[in-house]
Amino acid sequence: MCAEAATRRVIAVVSVLLTLSLLAVGCGREVAGTITEAGSTTVEPVAERLAAEYVEKHPDIQVITGGGGTAVGITSVNNGLVDIGAASRELKADEPQLVKHLLAKDGIAIVTSPHNPVSGLTKDKIREIFGGIVTNWKDVGGSDHAITVVVREEGSGTRTAFEEMVMAKPEPAIPVTNRALQQNTNVGIRTYVAGNRYAIGFISFGYVTASVKALAIDGVEATKENAKNGTYPIVRPLYFLTKEAATGFVKQFIEFCLSAEGQAIVAEEGYISIA
Amino acid sequence: MKTRHLIDRTSRNLIFVLALASFAVLVAIAVFTLKEALPALQQVGLLDFLFGTEWRPTSGQFGILPMILGTVMVAIGAVIFAVPLGVGCAILLAEVAPPRIRQFLRPAVELLVGIPSVVYGLVGLVLVVPLIREIGGPGLSLAAGVVVLTAMILPTIISISEDSIRAVPRKYKEGALALGATEWQMMWRVVLPAARPGIGASIVLGIGRAVGEAMALVMVVGMATAIPISPLDPARPLAPSIALETNYATGLHRSALFAIAVVLFVLIIIINSLAMMIMRRGARAHGVR
Repeated sequence: MCAEAATRRVIAVVSVLLTLSLLAVGCGREVAGTITEAGSTTVEPVAERLAAEYVEKHPDIQVITGGGGTAVGITSVNNGLVDIGAASRELKADEPQLVKHLLAKDGIAIVTSPHNPVSGLTKDKIREIFGGIVTNWKDVGGSDHAITVVVREEGSGTRTAFEEMVMAKPEPAIPVTNRALQQNTNVGIRTYVAGNRYAIGFISFGYVTASVKALAIDGVEATKENAKNGTYPIVRPLYFLTKEAATGFVKQFIEFCLSAEGQAIVAEEGYISIA
Repeated sequence: MKTRHLIDRTSRNLIFVLALASFAVLVAIAVFTLKEALPALQQVGLLDFLFGTEWRPTSGQFGILPMILGTVMVAIGAVIFAVPLGVGCAILLAEVAPPRIRQFLRPAVELLVGIPSVVYGLVGLVLVVPLIREIGGPGLSLAAGVVVLTAMILPTIISISEDSIRAVPRKYKEGALALGATEWQMMWRVVLPAARPGIGASIVLGIGRAVGEAMALVMVVGMATAIPISPLDPARPLAPSIALETNYATGLHRSALFAIAVVLFVLIIIINSLAMMIMRRGARAHGVR
């Protein structure tokens, strides 16, 4: 009876292996080439859409997209781990200088709850609020209540871009207050701000939904048009990075992303097309 | 006969190798963490790292005192609530509850241990945080972390405490009752003191879980780098700090996160050895008596 149990176990193991191998065969299709992309999580949703559309046209090519953040995108393309890195800010001087392909631009929206009476701020006030100098809504035209500041964590491309464009200008730079709550996703900030009418945060334009209110800055509404025509002050570039000038199907893919068709997808995803 | 000896010997060796492998994994993790942490520790200096109050990694400030205090506060807070609740529940399960209720409660408590911490975090975020915001502050706070951690360490405290209360020899209780003690006196003066080592160990293991918890806390404590002054202020314990920033950290920042991991490693080793010490002393005390 012992032998019987053992046989049964062997059969079980073999059948599991068979199923797995069948699955593996089923998944494999003829692939002429694979493009790998990783980096900025701001770029990630657009990159995913672009990859899906591209693969539909070129079924023989596989596009694998991933996140990791701008810094990861830069190092992994520099080390040759991926073909394309994604960055959601300018490259810093101490970072490897890679070939930049401007994919889109992205506005950073300053968001509050729709229930907050404040609908616009000056850039200076925004700086003072995030710097912890102005701490009550009554000082900026709201109700008498403490301001809850929510920011992205250190190292995030969105935060770095925000610090460079808002906190660092004009000199001297003000550091973000250490009383600010920290979230490590755009969605985390959006959800928190949507639920707390005294909160203020910043998120990428692509993540703005009706659950939050994007504030006007210096009287300029936070719209894609204003970002495109240069009047909205907090706009950053989104890049695809390659180590050298792109060639072959990597080049083909980037060209597709920059084409009218690709740029239409960029706009659909809430970013500012460059075409 | 020979093949049997062969099987015996090979399986013994195999088990030995496997046991060594698991130890090797532990050593490898420790060595790797330390190696990755070294650049930050050297550049910042151990004292500045441990006692610095400003954490601004992208501007080169790496002080983790707010995080150490955050971990200590949140763990102590959770223990203050979880110990009376947990020990009370353990007494109920071990001595008071009729078997049928115990049959239902005990598996329920054990089930709590298996719930992934992210679920605790989610429930905390949806239920606890808005309630705390009603009281004041941003909601994401030390208090929210304490509530979530209390729920998380309760099952550990309950199940180990219950086992140790059950392990108190029957003759102690009978002796106490025979001498005219009430049930309460028996419980308070005889059973609990006899079970103390086990209860102590359960508390220390609970602290260990609280110190190591990252996922649930990162969702509810707010993670501001200022040192909290009131329970309604946000806090930033050590483990969730790694979880928060690990995605985008590069260079010295990444190394500093590993250095936080080393601090956690040391803390956990201390806490676990404490738990083992308490349990061993308890075992000896019982043996002597």
